[in-house]
Amino acid sequence: MPVAVEHNPAKFKVGETVEVSVKFPLGHYRTPTYIRGKKGLITKDLGKYINPEQEAFGKNAGDKIWYYMVSFSQKDIWEQYNGEDTDKLEIEIFENWLEPINN
Amino acid sequence: MENQHTHPHDHSPIVQEEKPGYYEILEISIRELLVERELIAPDDVRKQIELLDSRSPVLGQKLVVRAWTDPAFRERLLKNGNIAAEEMGITIYDETTFTVLEDKPDLHHMIVCTLCSCYPRAILGLPPDWYKSKQYRSRAVKEPRAVLAEFGTLIPDSVQIIINDSTASLRYMVLPLRPPGTENYTAEDLEKLVTRDTMIGVTIPRIN
Repeated sequence: MPVAVEHNPAKFKVGETVEVSVKFPLGHYRTPTYIRGKKGLITKDLGKYINPEQEAFGKNAGDKIWYYMVSFSQKDIWEQYNGEDTDKLEIEIFENWLEPINN
Repeated sequence: MENQHTHPHDHSPIVQEEKPGYYEILEISIRELLVERELIAPDDVRKQIELLDSRSPVLGQKLVVRAWTDPAFRERLLKNGNIAAEEMGITIYDETTFTVLEDKPDLHHMIVCTLCSCYPRAILGLPPDWYKSKQYRSRAVKEPRAVLAEFGTLIPDSVQIIINDSTASLRYMVLPLRPPGTENYTAEDLEKLVTRDTMIGVTIPRIN
């Protein structure tokens, strides 16, 4: 029986800590500036979704890339966070905006 | 011609007083070009507006109350919002993934779109104006407890708050807690407690 081969497997796994890329491209990117450079935990592999950076300009519409739910501790995002230690922010981020953390 | 219109009030003609803005002109230009090239028909635009306007928080209320009263449906709704909504006759008409966030006694969710105005329109209709305001979008992520307090919602320190920033393909709705003391409520009574804002997470269902 033929086995389906994923030529572009997900780069990250649930439970992995990642860092959001710090870059400032022009165009229709969906990664807010406040979260760039922050470290968070992958909580869900959401599968592949159409890359909005290409879709917005009609390039390769239908090109799908990996997409994750990433959870951040609020105290890691905002120095002055005035809430509980357990408070979190969850946000969806495309794989081209995530970097592995090299210990 | 005899003028029979003799009453005294002023009949000023109805005119467009303001000049159309940049984005209005841009929208008209693009729409007319698309129609001219037969990529869309004027009826498509009208139909889409009609579809958007046909949705309202009533649909969300029905989902929440069904989830409160039917544990198997609750499980399906949390697992795959699109399929569960379609089961209730609600089509998710765009390419988004409807994601339901389950509140727990020690966990409260609140949704925002810091980049624009992503909102579960298929389920809740158009977002309120404040949801699109820069104030809400910037402050909800940074000081959710203060924003909640301004909405009159005091979340105890012992309850964790997760703020969900909707950025591209997912659309969130909060599944709030069923208030205690509603054990004998009918579905209709329960629906009245589930207002739009309880499904955004800026307030919680309460018995008055």
